[in-house]
Parts: sequence; structure tokens; C-alpha cells
Amino acid sequence: MSQVPADLKYTASHEWIRTLADGTLEIGITDHAQHSLGDLVFVEVPQAGRQVKAGESCAVVESVKAASDVYAPFAGEVIAGNPALADAPETVNSDCYGAGWLYRMRVAAEALAAAGLLSAAQYQKVQDAEGG
Amino acid sequence: MSHTEKVIFEYSRDGRGAHDQWPADTDPAALADLPAGLRRRELPQLPQVSELEAVRHFTRLSQLNFSIDTHFYPLGSCTMKYNPRACNQYAMLPQFLARHPLAPEASGQGFLACLFELQEMLKEVTGMRGVALSPMAGAQGEFAGVAMIRAYHRARGDGERNEIIVPEAAHGTNPATATMCGCVVREIPVDAAGDVDLAALQAVVGPRTAGIMLTNPSTLGVFERRIAEVARIVHEAGGLLYYDGANLNAILGKVRPGDMGFDVIHMNLHKTFSTPHGGGGPGAGAVGVGARLLPFMPIPVVGREEGGYRWLTERDLPQSIGRLSAFMGNAGVLLRAYIYMRLLGRDGMRQVGEFATLNANYLLRRLAAAGFDAAYPQRRASHEFILTLRRQARELNVTAMDFAKRLLDYGFHAPTTYFPLLVPECLLIEPTETESRETLDAFVSALSQILAEAQNEPERVRSAPHTMPVRRLDDVRAARQLDLAWKPSAQQES
Amino acid sequence: MAFIPHTPADVTAMLQAIGAGSIDELFDEIPPELRIGALAGVPEALNEMQVGRLMSERARADGVPLNFIGAGAYEHHIPAAVWGITTRGEFYSAYTPYQAEASQGTLQVIYEFQSMISRLTGMEVANASLYDGASALAEAALMAVRANRKSQAARILLPTTVHPHYRKVARAATGNQGLQFEELPYCTAEGITPAESLRRFDSQDVTALVIQQPNFFGRLEDVDALTRWAQARGTFVIAVVNPTSLALLKPPGQWGGTGVDVAVGEGQPLGVPLAGGGPYFGFMTARAAHVRQMPGRIVGRTLDAAGKPGFTLTLQAREQHIRRAKATSNICTNQGLLVTAATIYLSIMGPEGLRRTAAASHARTAELVAALTTLPGVRRAFPGPHFHEAVLQFDRPVAPVLRTLTVQGIHGGFDLAADYPELDHALLVCATEARTAADIATYRGALAEALKSARAA
Repeated sequence: MSQVPADLKYTASHEWIRTLADGTLEIGITDHAQHSLGDLVFVEVPQAGRQVKAGESCAVVESVKAASDVYAPFAGEVIAGNPALADAPETVNSDCYGAGWLYRMRVAAEALAAAGLLSAAQYQKVQDAEGG
Repeated sequence: MSHTEKVIFEYSRDGRGAHDQWPADTDPAALADLPAGLRRRELPQLPQVSELEAVRHFTRLSQLNFSIDTHFYPLGSCTMKYNPRACNQYAMLPQFLARHPLAPEASGQGFLACLFELQEMLKEVTGMRGVALSPMAGAQGEFAGVAMIRAYHRARGDGERNEIIVPEAAHGTNPATATMCGCVVREIPVDAAGDVDLAALQAVVGPRTAGIMLTNPSTLGVFERRIAEVARIVHEAGGLLYYDGANLNAILGKVRPGDMGFDVIHMNLHKTFSTPHGGGGPGAGAVGVGARLLPFMPIPVVGREEGGYRWLTERDLPQSIGRLSAFMGNAGVLLRAYIYMRLLGRDGMRQVGEFATLNANYLLRRLAAAGFDAAYPQRRASHEFILTLRRQARELNVTAMDFAKRLLDYGFHAPTTYFPLLVPECLLIEPTETESRETLDAFVSALSQILAEAQNEPERVRSAPHTMPVRRLDDVRAARQLDLAWKPSAQQES
Repeated sequence: MAFIPHTPADVTAMLQAIGAGSIDELFDEIPPELRIGALAGVPEALNEMQVGRLMSERARADGVPLNFIGAGAYEHHIPAAVWGITTRGEFYSAYTPYQAEASQGTLQVIYEFQSMISRLTGMEVANASLYDGASALAEAALMAVRANRKSQAARILLPTTVHPHYRKVARAATGNQGLQFEELPYCTAEGITPAESLRRFDSQDVTALVIQQPNFFGRLEDVDALTRWAQARGTFVIAVVNPTSLALLKPPGQWGGTGVDVAVGEGQPLGVPLAGGGPYFGFMTARAAHVRQMPGRIVGRTLDAAGKPGFTLTLQAREQHIRRAKATSNICTNQGLLVTAATIYLSIMGPEGLRRTAAASHARTAELVAALTTLPGVRRAFPGPHFHEAVLQFDRPVAPVLRTLTVQGIHGGFDLAADYPELDHALLVCATEARTAADIATYRGALAEALKSARAA
């Protein structure tokens, strides 16, 4: 059974979102997602300063058997990509909700509201429906 | 037979070499016109070995391979049949090998005659109106096909058509090709019996439909029975039908894509027409077209006029999608396919489809009797079929990959694993027509023994192979710690 | 002769096991109206003896003319061991090494090939090969557009000194993806691409610049100046190089000091016969930073479950069977057998053999040019350094002269009239180490006669 921390928000495409103390948002992939991909061998994160649209692909996570795009849950500006993942992609496997975060964004309140993020309970249902 | 062979650089010694193969040295004065700033300062670090060392090294490496010449190789969708030695010998006659690709047509009439006749024979066996031979692999043939479909729509002022429909079971090259041609991919499901879901097709076609890409028999190893209906739906929507020739071996001499309603087809000459796979190429992906696409064929094409044969170029085909190779595609592969077709003749063509189908259905029936589950038990096999090991994976915790690896220990190359993606734990098995009944029986016996092992000593299967030059390789390490070229320091055996 | 081993008893027993009355019954799912009768357009079978005779007759009719054509495919000596080993069934009749444990031979050959090509080009990484040099250029252009994140334009500068067929292939292969190729004119006096001609793009978004060395005319471009222009402004450089020449010429990994981004080329000169145009192979090398944007197969060395080194396909998540519509390319195979030949060739030639081959080819071409330009009405078109190819300017159309030579069994060169009409009556000639002084004398004598009769006509 994969972990779904209660204090985070989620998307149906298996990303999690954390609101940081300064109001910016941190984004990563869920335990379920990292588990189904298997051992990651490469992670590409967006560069700071990039403006992204909601639903735009802005990171790639790659294992030996699959490669997945990670989509921006909302429009906004990327303020950081996790610099540690280039040399240690396995961090996403070992600590997907912590040191394995992918990127951080600054997002306007209305864009955030429009994103329709899921609660932990709602995301758990998505996983159950997928047989995860 | 040794199971380990050093990397060639480890044999290298300064000052050693196959001196007798080298031309005489040139007076340095003859190089004086090359400016120092454009010269190389140090020689490239290539290995320095004797000819015998090189011959032994590469001969030993060859012995680490499975191949058709040494092993049964039932790799689904790849048509690993016997590659007749005559095809190689007569394609490598010195005159053919010496021919420069830009040499005058006047001194290449023998060569051009072979290619022209190959075009004609391929037209006949596929039911198409024109054939172009230059695409260098199946994937490039696919590219040519979809590019022609786009060019056709554009030439009619219908350039908005950019959607390519593919069944979800399609080979990965189909969607990748569509993308390379600037198209958008629309995937449609297949029904429980393996046929295209016509309602889904009807729902997806429209004014943006450029065409549909189909393999028939499909990647599920069954014949698309409602192909005429599929053709009608797509044509009525204004789209064209593309035939992926990966499975042409199944129907050779029995049914023709042109008669099924296809507008364009690529043929894998390295599958159906038995040119060697060469450890991953060269292939050849000739394309055939119906009347509507004739003006768009890739160049060069061989034409025949009163004075003899000549290349047709953009001057003859101004609407051509253009040139896909520097010269004439994989010409030597084309000669091998030509020789193969002449050896088989019209009756041999039909026998290919018949005996490939006989072998597949026999093998399927025997494996089903041995306790394996067919993915489509209610259907006839084409030239290949799918087993699903979902039950074994669940009950015994032994996967299709484990069975595949264990087969290597029994002296059989593994079937295609985990393709098509929509059948869980699958093995796609294609025996081909050139295998004897005894070989098929031995394969059944091996798989049956592995099944027994999976029940009694599953770890033996899970940790297979045990008798190959290497055990299972660490793919994760390979991708994380990339080692793509040999470096002297980092390569101590450990 | 369909190479089918079944005895009549086998067929009976197999049909019985299946529960079918005849082979035809196995096709009962195919709508009957689609079934065909005999293939009238395919001739009756020939046996191997008859096929051998047919092919030998056709080959004899074509003969083996004395060849002075280069233009992207070069006649070099090929040691007998190269194809003797390459055509061993274990290499010849194996498939793509998906089952790594049963394909270590093919995989190690590719790893050694990648190593040799990296060293020859001075680049960090190489793939397992592409179809040919022209398609490798097309793939390099697509790769540059993916990898050069600073550029939005998908715009590639393509000098007209690049092989005309390569330019056509690049357009045909990438046009549907919106790439724009802008052709750069060459200096008609010198036959090279002047670095100053790039200045007009100084303030524009240019994704990549292609540089062919030696260029199609055999001339040496000022690769350092061209590369530095690109490096200074974030434009990628795609080098197109002749692998034989790299034994003498500065490798693309050193151009402009820090080297190019992607280097590709035609591998045919490395042990692959001319063979009417193929199969050849394209090679592709790049900076390590771009490896995930490379198309095609890549082999890596790793360890097996027991800790023993072994080889496997790696970075497969770039490829079509995983990434499908988002793959870096639709390419599946490489040109494995040709790579095998090239790896054996490079092992037998070694650094010194390849250097001597390059030097001898250069010298033979110089001798050829010197011999032919003693004839009235023939002069060298472009002064300045070249490798093993050169353009000759004639005082009359080249085509009739070439026809006369062909009748005498000489392929005199590649007529530039169609691709470079501005170069009145120009012929591209080549002599490699395979041409002797006697060959050159034969050519000169025949050309003198051909020109004499052309003038008389």
C-alpha cells in the first residue's frame, strides 16, 4: 500500500503539491507513481524563471522501462528545479515526498483555485480505482 | 568455448598492427598543403593489434551470440526465418560490390534490372500500383508512407488533415512515425476478440483524419476480419489506409493488402523476404502505393524505358516526398530480397504464408495442451500468437520475463516479451515456415519443463539464465552510471 | 524452393493436432472474397544453380569500371577478414540484441564501435549507428532542436558546400516537423563557406549551424572560425565528417577549442563496399550532456547479477517502443552488420593504418589533379587545401566526356552540372589509396582522347 500523506494536495496524474511557508508551491510525484515507474535513472527538472501553462509538461522522470512527463498542475512561474536530482535520481524513489521534490512554483491564487486539486482522501480513491 | 572476451583495446600494444594491410607510407611533403591548424595533433587511439588477434577476438565475440544459424529464434513480429546463403553469395559478387552509387546507369543495367524486377514482384504480391525501394528500414518505410499521406492531402488543398489513427496494440513505431510527420496520434481500442472496435473508429474519424495505420494480421496475432468495413469508414471520412507490413509473412500468397483497401504499405524485406537481420540492421522498408499516392513516392525509383533502366528522380516525380537516403537505400539488401524471391517463385510465395501459419497454429495448439493460456483462444493464430502467463505470474510468482530468460538455458532464443503492451505477461511467438516439426516439439518440451520448474523450484527460473556468458544484467546501473565507451583506467575487471 | 522442411507425414500429423482438415482451413477467418489465386506476376522459381547463373550474368554485364567517383562514397581497400567474419552466421543472422544474455557478441561489438568512433571524432558519446550519413544529418538537426533549449526558432543554417543529397534528405525527413533550413552560399572563388557570411545572422535566433569537413568539393572549411562564431552565440554546431579524414584532420571534438555539439558522418569508408549505394551506416557522436536527446540504440557496459561485466542496450526510455509518440525518433534498428564490419576494419587498420590510408588517398588525389590539369581545357576550380577530392573545371560540358570515358570502362567523376549549375562544366574527382599511378595514367590518356574528339565534334 503506497503512502498518501494527509497534509498534501494531489492531482489525478499522480503529482503532489505542498504549500511552503513563503506561499510558494513544491511539486513532486507520489509514492504510487515512483513505485509503478520502478528505479529511476534520470530526472529532468525545469529551470527557474520558466513560465508554464496548466497541463504543460515541465519535468520528465525516467526508469529503465518507462519515461513519464510530469505536468504542471497550474499556470505559474518556476522558481526552482531540484538541483540534487541530476546526480541522484534515486532520491525520488527513496524519499518522494521529501528530498525527492521536483520543482517549485509561484502561482496566483486564482490559478491555484482553478486547478481543482485533490485531497489525500480523494487521491486515494483515484489510486484504488486504478487498482494501485 | 570461452564465456568472456576482453575488450579489444585490452589487446592493444604500441607498435603492433596488421602492417600488411596498410598502404605504403606517404612522403610527408605530399601532406604539406594541409594547414597545421586543420591537422590532427595526435593519432586517434584505435586498437593496435595483429590481424590474427583481431580475427580471434571477433570470432570469439560472434560465438557469444544466438542467431538463426545456430538457434531456434521465435521472436514474435520479427520473422526470424532462414536467411538462404545463396542470397548473400550472389549479392556479394565483386561487380555488385564495386559499383559506385553515382556510377552511370549505362554500366549498371544488370543491377538496375534486378531492382526493377524486385519492384514489379513486390507490386504483384502486395496488390499495389507502385513500389519504391529506397527506405532503409521498416521505420523509414513507415515514415515514407505517412509523409505520402500528408503530401496527398496537401496537394488536394486538404492540409488540415493531421490526425493518424492507430489501434492501441500498435507497434511503438506507428505513433512515433506519426509524430515525425507532424501528425497527432489518436489511439482506438480493440475488442475482446482482437478486432478493431468499429464504434470507436467511427467516433474518431472526421475532417481532420489523415489516415489509419494498421497491421494485418494485427500485433495480436489475429487477422482483422472486418478490414473491408474499416477501409470503408476511413475512406468515407476522407482518410487513407496505411498497412504496416510487419506481419506480411502470414498472408504472403494468400491475401494482398491492396485488395483489402490499403492505399500505402511498407514491407520489411528483412522479415518477409528473408534478408539478414545483421544483429539489428540493415533492414529495408520498401513502400508500395495505390494509384492515389503514385506521384508522391520517395526517390529514386527504377524506371524502364526503351534504352534500358534508369533512376527516376525529382524531375520525373516532381511531387515526390523526396530523398530519404544519400543514394539508393540499402541496395545490397534489395539484391538479397530479389534473389530470395526468384528462388521461391510464385508457388514458394504461397507456401511461405501457408507453412508459417501451419507452424504457428500447431505450436499454439501444443502449448495450450501443455498448460499455457492463449491470449485469444477462440481465434486462429496467424503466423504468430500470444501466450499470457498472467496465471503463472500470479500463482507462482514467475513472470513471462523469467520464462524467457530460462528458455535461453534450454538453447532457444526467447520469444518477444511484454509486447503488445495490452496483454499482461505475454510472450509473442512466431516460429516461421522454415522450422521443422521436431524443432517445434522440442520448444514445447522446453517450455513444459520450465513450467514444471516454475512449480517445483521457481527460484531456478527467476534467476535464469544460468548458462549464458553473463547472468541477468543490471539495467539500472547501466543507465545511472553510463559507460558508453572504453576508458583504460576505469575498466579493471572486478 | 521455400526452404520448408515439412514432410507430407508432418503436415498430416500437424493438421491432425490442430484439428483442421487442410492448410487452407487455417485461413478460414479471412473473408473469402479477399483470397487470391496464383501470383501471375511473379515468375516460376529458379533453383540455386539457375539463380547463380542469372546473377553472375547480370554482374558480368555491369563489369568493374575504373572508378574515380567519390561524392560521399569511397572505394578503399577492405581486408578480407572484415567480411569473412562479418558474414559469420552468428553476426549475420542475429537480431537486435534485446535478450542481452544471448547477444553479448553483438553488444560488445557495438560498445567497441562506440568507443572507436568517440576516439576518432574526439567526442564524448556515440550511438550504435543510424541508417546512413544523410539520415544521420537529418536526425542531428532534430536532435539540435530538442537539445538547444536557448533557441526557439528551429532554424538551421545549411551551407551549400554540404553534400546536395544530404541537404535534400534533411529537408525531406524533417519538413513535417517545422524545421527551417536556410542555405548558405559558398565563395565561388574558393569553394568554402566564409565565416564572414555568418555575420548577417549575428542578432538572429539560429538553432544550429552545419559544417561539412571536408566539404562536398573536397575543400577544407575554416572549421575553427565557423565553430567559434556559433559557440559565441549559443548556436549548436553539427559537424559532418569523413571518418578516414579524421586520421589526418582535426577531430570535431576539438573544433573551435571546445568542440562541436553533434558530429555525424557516413561510415561507409570504414570497411563497407560501395555496393551500389548501401547498406552503409551513419554514425552519430555528441557531447555527453546531450546523450538523452540522441536517437537510436546505445549500448552500455554494466554488471550482471554475479558482478561480472557485461553489455546491454541502455537509455531505452528515449526510444519508440517505450516513448511511442514522444520518442526521440521512430528508428528501431541500427545498421548492426555494417557496424560490425567497421569495428573489425578499424581494429585491423589501427591508428597507423588509417593514417596511411588517409595520407595515400590525399596524395593520390593530388597526383590525379596534377595529371589531369596538364590537359588543355582542364583546370582546378578551387585553390587551397583539400582532402581526397577536388573539383576540376572543364572548358566544355562534362556529360558527353564522361559518357565517352564510360564506354572505355572509366567512371571519371561526378558531374556537378545539376547540383551546382553556376559552376560551368565542373567535375568532382576522387582517387583513394586504391588507385595506382597506372590507373591515373590510364585516366589521363583516355581523357586526353575524349577531349580531343569532343573538340573535333
